[in-house]
Amino acid sequence: METSRLSRFWLVVYGIGALAFLYLPLVAVGFASVSKGRYLTFPIRRYDTKWYGEALASDTVRDLLFISLKVAAIVTIISMVVGFFGALAFARYHWRFRRLYQKLILLPIFFPQSVLGLSLLMWFNTLNIVPSWQTAVVAHLVWISPIATLIISIRAYSFDPTLEEAARDMGCSTFQIMREVTVPLLMPGVISAGLFAFLLSWGNFPLSLFTTGADSTLPEWLYAKMISGYSPLVPTVGIMTVAASATVIVIAFLVPALFRALKSNQKIPDLRGLVHANVHRWKELYRNRRLEGYR
Amino acid sequence: MQSLDRRLGAFTAMPLITLLGVSFLAPLLVVAIFSTMPTKVFTFSHVPDFSSYAEFFRQGYWKSLAWALGMALAATAILFVISWPLAFAMAKVYKRFTLILTIGVVMSLFVSENIRLFGWVLTLMKGGLLEGYFRNWTGNGFDGLLYNVPVIVFGLVYVYFPFMLFPLAQGISMVPDDARQAAADLGASRKRILWEIDLPLAAPGIVVGCLLTFVLAAGAIAESKLLGGQAVIVIADDVETAFTYGQDWPLGSALAMVLIAIIGSIALFGVSRVDLDAIMGRRR
Repeated sequence: METSRLSRFWLVVYGIGALAFLYLPLVAVGFASVSKGRYLTFPIRRYDTKWYGEALASDTVRDLLFISLKVAAIVTIISMVVGFFGALAFARYHWRFRRLYQKLILLPIFFPQSVLGLSLLMWFNTLNIVPSWQTAVVAHLVWISPIATLIISIRAYSFDPTLEEAARDMGCSTFQIMREVTVPLLMPGVISAGLFAFLLSWGNFPLSLFTTGADSTLPEWLYAKMISGYSPLVPTVGIMTVAASATVIVIAFLVPALFRALKSNQKIPDLRGLVHANVHRWKELYRNRRLEGYR
Repeated sequence: MQSLDRRLGAFTAMPLITLLGVSFLAPLLVVAIFSTMPTKVFTFSHVPDFSSYAEFFRQGYWKSLAWALGMALAATAILFVISWPLAFAMAKVYKRFTLILTIGVVMSLFVSENIRLFGWVLTLMKGGLLEGYFRNWTGNGFDGLLYNVPVIVFGLVYVYFPFMLFPLAQGISMVPDDARQAAADLGASRKRILWEIDLPLAAPGIVVGCLLTFVLAAGAIAESKLLGGQAVIVIADDVETAFTYGQDWPLGSALAMVLIAIIGSIALFGVSRVDLDAIMGRRR
């Protein structure tokens, strides 16, 4: 059942085509953002970066940026914590309602976000809460913390429960096990979940639309401008938000690589190797610890 | 150990359950209650009369529901066909390219959906990237490609592509190579292998992918607004209008309840048939 070389080639071409299809609209936005004219037509006659200067100088954009950042940062932190515990219940422990719980978590992901946003608006209204960026945090969490849970669960599935049992046999309390075994082992999952949470919150718009009240996030402002009429700042601000996400991603990839490079100059192990390496490290650590205890 | 596992399981599930209970299930309950109120009220203190549901039929809202479901179905079918070869290649053919493709597709998810759709508006509009350059080279242009039903379906296909691709690839990677090899050795044609090995064994991934795209596409607003320019009104748009311009919360709630009932029953049906532990790779 080997795939022939020719069809392999065409499949790679197809894959590259799919990527091009995904990014083509961003290219169009990128061109539009450096067009000089107030009204955009292609092909662009004159290029100018003045809109970037104007966007950077604008107070509105700065406020929007600040609110978006605030929301995304809080959502990231809360969903990392909630997702960590949620993933343990999802993948690690055998408890009575686990299947039901797994399904409950999927429901918000399988739910139209605009309808979810509206339901939350009514709910806040019933509770007499005035919508603001804080309520938007809650709205984002409903959708993002299940996703964070799923991402950390993937890590929790591949985790060897005997490590925790070993620690317990050696007399660790549940809290100690969490701190010494569970948290370090799940940390890579928690960090990637945090990255996802930040970026998804940063780019989210259907949930923010109804739940931010008088405040507004960047994607919301962009949508309002797109609907109500063309503003030359729309492509510019759009590209700036994309650039911000890209920067976050690059930093997220660079920092661990830098750490690794500083620690040692060993080759980057594959994922499964990484898990195994950790297992051995932890088993060793526990052996040492026990020896220390005996001494 | 068993009882400890049980206690810890329930304990660690608490934060998320509380969060979803307070900010997901409770709001849905509020929508359900509101939908039974008489039209144009803003509090619960009225006698429920279900009159908003009658509006659903009287004012022809079922048409927008039909449009939303029809376009979602079309987008799901198209996505399944175009994603299958790619998902298959990701699971079985590509080597390093799978990682590149995965990263590339995931990155695109982090760009706000409306910026990407706006990019298509700039690409497809009259005087946009396609038409502008076409006119520049050939001398005669054509009308913009926006503001019709096919372009809305196109937008849905574009936005929900990752939601079909990844579950499919995950499903296909669950098909054992030995089974395909054995079928080939016994003389099965490629078509037969696809039909009797690949499709049945990848079924969990197929179910999740199709459900996810259908459900999300059925509730989507931005595609029909930005690309379709109100060529057709979808049900989610009606819900939004009822809440904002219409100031008729019970009507909006009733419309939302109809959508939630349809989507929810499809999602529950699918989710209850899928073994999450198997898909996400439990080892024990």
